[in-house]
Amino acid sequence: MAEKYFHHALKFRREVCIGCSHCMNVCPTQAIRIHSGKAELTDNRCVDCGKCYMACPVGAIIVEQDDFSQIFMYRHRIALIPGVLLGQFPGKVTNMQIYSVLLDMGFTEVEEVEKGTGILRMAMDSYLQENHHLKPLISSFCPAIVRLIQVRFPSLTENIMLLKAPLDVTATYIRKKYAEMGVDPKEVGIYYITPCAAKIAAVKSPVGDKFSQIDGVINMDVIFNKVYTAMKQGFAGKNQCSLPVSAPLKPFQQLWTLTEGEASLFPGRSLAIDEISNVIEFLEKLENEETCDINFLELRACDQSCAGGILASGNRFFTVERLRKTAIETAAKEDTKVVEASNDILNHTQHLLQNMAVSKVLPRAMDKLDEDMKMAMLKMQMVREIMKTLPYVDCGLCGAPTCRALAQDIVQGKAKITNCIFIQKKYEQKNWLNPQETMDILKQVWGDDKFTDPDNTKFVTL
Amino acid sequence: MHFTYNVEGGNFTRAGYASSEIKKILKQLNVDLAIIKRTVVASYEAEVNIVAHAYSGTIFVDITPETILIKFVDEGPGIPDIAMAMKEGFSTATSKVREMGFGAGMGLPNIRKNVDNMNITSEVGKGTVLELTMYLQ
Ligand SMILES: Nc1ncnc2c1ncn2[C@@H]1O[C@H](COP(=O)(O)OP(=O)(O)O)[C@@H](O)[C@H]1O
Ligand code: SF4
Ligand code: SF4
Ligand SMILES: [Mg+2]
Repeated sequence: MAEKYFHHALKFRREVCIGCSHCMNVCPTQAIRIHSGKAELTDNRCVDCGKCYMACPVGAIIVEQDDFSQIFMYRHRIALIPGVLLGQFPGKVTNMQIYSVLLDMGFTEVEEVEKGTGILRMAMDSYLQENHHLKPLISSFCPAIVRLIQVRFPSLTENIMLLKAPLDVTATYIRKKYAEMGVDPKEVGIYYITPCAAKIAAVKSPVGDKFSQIDGVINMDVIFNKVYTAMKQGFAGKNQCSLPVSAPLKPFQQLWTLTEGEASLFPGRSLAIDEISNVIEFLEKLENEETCDINFLELRACDQSCAGGILASGNRFFTVERLRKTAIETAAKEDTKVVEASNDILNHTQHLLQNMAVSKVLPRAMDKLDEDMKMAMLKMQMVREIMKTLPYVDCGLCGAPTCRALAQDIVQGKAKITNCIFIQKKYEQKNWLNPQETMDILKQVWGDDKFTDPDNTKFVTL
Repeated sequence: MHFTYNVEGGNFTRAGYASSEIKKILKQLNVDLAIIKRTVVASYEAEVNIVAHAYSGTIFVDITPETILIKFVDEGPGIPDIAMAMKEGFSTATSKVREMGFGAGMGLPNIRKNVDNMNITSEVGKGTVLELTMYLQ
């Protein structure tokens, strides 16, 4: 079990963590415990959903990103931007202005991630037809969901569509384009501007793909701040850029990363579910059923899908509203004028379709108490016995998110029953523990700081 | 290991609760994924049958490293013709039950398809006992 399956983009900074347990209480996979006053992560349970990041009051959880100056190692520096970046800003900020800021930063080209979705849509269409027996087919779009299924719903891994995510399709296209121009692949650096941590993790250790097409990631909030600063300065000198004009994305492409973006496109019954607890609730139910007349499931870990990504700075509801409005405007224009600009990606349709497949997504069941069933039964029996003595209050004061999680930690040798404060009180009554001993236990969980006296001004200075 | 669950007839809101619990247990015991799937599908159908057709029931689960045994005992109208009930598409479900998405007459046939052994006995006016066995080795 010690084998590490996943790369995680979220890093816990011990020196900043105040051991408040907010993160532990929101984690949908119960991947966090508190020990010595610090949050500790069980790597293999974490699916990079970012709930903990949003809950931390002191910024102790950070999203790693690549050193920006790395981009200059490449002669051709491409920023791959998600549609939701364009939805971050008030209507008066134009795409051109956002692109200009990116070029000023040192990129030589800007491409939209969703460019590849036209061809991906074709691939999904035939995949849905050819794999009818595996329905409901689950989109591979959200990497947090793919990981969630691997660890919590392993029997559903076979329902995941084995197709690239838009990001990888578009990156494959860019690589092909430069190769055809005779550029040495080593001179092409593709940087993805990411709205979430899960996509970083997916780039660094892709599930079902050997290596990533992406050279690095930059967090979307960094770009947001740059554009916002430029906006406040009136975009001085940033109102024109020398990018070749390519065909605007179709409305469905502009909406792809929002909720219903995929589900609305395919024939038969489709369902779109966003926010990870909603997804978990639904998958629990799905696992019980023999047949299901739903063809396609679009499942996204964030509320409002990528508009609600943890690195999206703008209000997610405004972002959705803006992108929908733009899509409607684009649709209206499409009717009236012929698009002259080149739509080069379509010249590579065959190549992209041939490279659309990813290999099998493997189950990584994390619920098992032991590999060996006899041992697992023994441990389960112990969990049941322990549960009889625990209060079912789920107060978290033991450093585990629920009484059941504590019981499981105990049988795995990771915690002691005396971590429970109810047990501590009972033991004190029986003189099995003295007050000093129970204090020591609390300190082991929550650290010494929380028990030192009032001149501690830590909270005031925060 | 033994587990027991009560099932309330007519309460579709909770239908599937016991089967979900059984699923969680099997996952924790590291039972083969394909066996979990088959067990849970069968158990879910049997549980729904108690909710849809009987007044109340109890589910007894017995797990050893060799077998999973699940026994569904209900108080209810019983099944007058078991052979008929086992046929695909046969259903006495009311239109109200059908509206809720149950009652396609595929429950018992699907149970038989998914389990290693199935034994059903019933007494009209009293109730039904359904025993399902899965072999783990
Ligand atoms: N526990 C039960 N008690 C009484 N009748 C039952 C029970 N289980 C099944 N039946 C009868 O067998 C029929 C077929 O069951 P099943 O194949 O599950 O189809 P469905 O539940 O969709 O009707 C039911 O319509 C019902 O008449
Ligand atoms: S990213 Fe999600 S799964 Fe991972 S520790 Fe944080 S809350 Fe838990
Ligand atoms: S939420 Fe609290 S316990 Fe978790 S990382 Fe942040 S400071 Fe530490
Ligand atoms: Mg039935």
